[in-house]
Amino acid sequence: MADPASGMMAGAGPPVLELDGIGVWLSGREVLRDVRFGIGPGEVVGLIGANGAGKTTIFRVVLGLLSPTSGRVLIAGQPRPRRNRSVGYVPQKIALDPEMPLRSRDLVALGLDGHRLGVPLPSRRRRELVDEMLQAVGAAHFADARVGSLSGGEQQRVMIAHALISRPKLLLLDEPLANLDLRSEQEVVDLVARIAKDQGLAFLISAHDLNPLLPVVDRVVYVAHGHVASGTTDEVVTSSVLTELYGHHVDVIRLHGRILVAASPGLSAERGKLEDSIDGATAV
Amino acid sequence: MGGFWSHVVEPGFFQSQTVQVALLVGGVVAAISGVVGVFAVLRGQSFAGHAFGDISAAGGAGAFLLNISPLFGFLGMSLVAAGCMEAIGVRRVRGRDVATGVVLGAGLGTSALFLYFNTTLHSTSGAAISVLFGSLFVISSSTVPAVVASAAGALAIVLLLYRPLLLSSVGDDIAASRGVAVRVTGAVFLLAMAATVALAAITIGAILSTALLVGPAATALRMTKRPGTAAASAAAIGVAATWLGCLLAYDSYYWPPVDHGWPVSFCIVAVILISYLVVEVARSHRLRNASARAGSADQTTAAAPHPGVPSHGGPDALGASRTD
Repeated sequence: MADPASGMMAGAGPPVLELDGIGVWLSGREVLRDVRFGIGPGEVVGLIGANGAGKTTIFRVVLGLLSPTSGRVLIAGQPRPRRNRSVGYVPQKIALDPEMPLRSRDLVALGLDGHRLGVPLPSRRRRELVDEMLQAVGAAHFADARVGSLSGGEQQRVMIAHALISRPKLLLLDEPLANLDLRSEQEVVDLVARIAKDQGLAFLISAHDLNPLLPVVDRVVYVAHGHVASGTTDEVVTSSVLTELYGHHVDVIRLHGRILVAASPGLSAERGKLEDSIDGATAV
Repeated sequence: MGGFWSHVVEPGFFQSQTVQVALLVGGVVAAISGVVGVFAVLRGQSFAGHAFGDISAAGGAGAFLLNISPLFGFLGMSLVAAGCMEAIGVRRVRGRDVATGVVLGAGLGTSALFLYFNTTLHSTSGAAISVLFGSLFVISSSTVPAVVASAAGALAIVLLLYRPLLLSSVGDDIAASRGVAVRVTGAVFLLAMAATVALAAITIGAILSTALLVGPAATALRMTKRPGTAAASAAAIGVAATWLGCLLAYDSYYWPPVDHGWPVSFCIVAVILISYLVVEVARSHRLRNASARAGSADQTTAAAPHPGVPSHGGPDALGASRTD
């Protein structure tokens, strides 16, 4: 639509999510310190960092599963309410045995009303909506299969449909590309790009490798040692920003559209810290 | 015809008040055990379910000692155990087995003490058999209302929590992020499970209660891929097995050793086990046939998780073979 008003809405509008100086202490350890970044409507943001850097903690804070020690979470400009369905969540793994009697369509339907009490009554509208969501993520052909028996990429799509059906403004994907083969990885990235474009939905996607997400992300939030640096890829993924974030010299090499991040050994004073930074950098 | 049926269903079977009470109590208990059992298996809490049975034995033995209705002993002890497990941390995956094990040990120790007193003080060794292995044919008709009420309560809880329970069996974080009070849901379900197992314990005995909770549920889970259908089938299988078990036990007075019936709990458990084995064998037979058919028809599509070969078309071609 060439409507100037809608153009303004997409560009401006209050951020769907804003983290304002979030600090988290867990069992006497500082896990996050002064984390601040925002996500605009329809924006796709990559949350990049090694295992243990604090990505999952950030997710748990945004979802309200963990109360930050300091700072505020704002959703659409408002403090996070206790129950919030404008943020959808797709975990890295779901705990379903292949034998469990739950079909893809049952799981998607639970996204609509799984928090409600009582047994669901059959409803044509509900069924149509579930079919529409399964269609939207390309999961219609395994709608009647047990969720536990699906491959990682297929489960990922069903979970995205599960999250989409409640019409959130922001979707959190926790390591959606972990343990996927290259083909499924590409399918998930394409799906995210399509949903973001068609539905104007914002995404926060965590990953330890930025490269597969490069075609789809508008901005990145880099996490290391509980600190973050956020901005466009060109602003953040530079030697100077990452060196400051990791506390060690980090080289950033751009090669054929890929970004390679590597620690420079020998420039660190402490042996322990050096290993730490290599861990972080190789996984980047 | 009448001659044949009178051999299967002994004359007087349906007229006997003992049998009527047994069929009613057994049916009600088997139905709720099947429904709760499906969720116990889904949530990975079968071990906790088994522990309730063993622990409730302490309550049953205590009730014999105090000469009160065993139902209240079983029920009370089982609910206390649920509270203890919840307090110790049965909701955490890591804490689940530890919490169950600690409470189970304490419960069994108490059972041993009470059963010992029953044997020495009252010289009733029958109490031990009846507490541990059940006594469906000696249930007094006065306990029927309490059994039906407890079962109805447990059923109401499961129906009320149906969707939150399913969602949290997929993942507690997902459920919590959607506004489900995961901890309360889990604790209330644990109480419903404790009550159900206590009922199963008076029906087929504390030790065998697991068979009624998990057996029909496991059979149903192999037969269907819908959660609601699984719960309903588990209830139906449980009821059928219990009634058939009662019938066999009644008939068993004519089996060797003549004039000494077989224990009804054994008959019920045997029917449950046989139904599980039949379904399992039928299922693996069907799967083998299906994969043989798919293998001969189109090896590539059957073997590959994704339709990687262009000549087999897109996802639709895969879908056609999947949804069959």
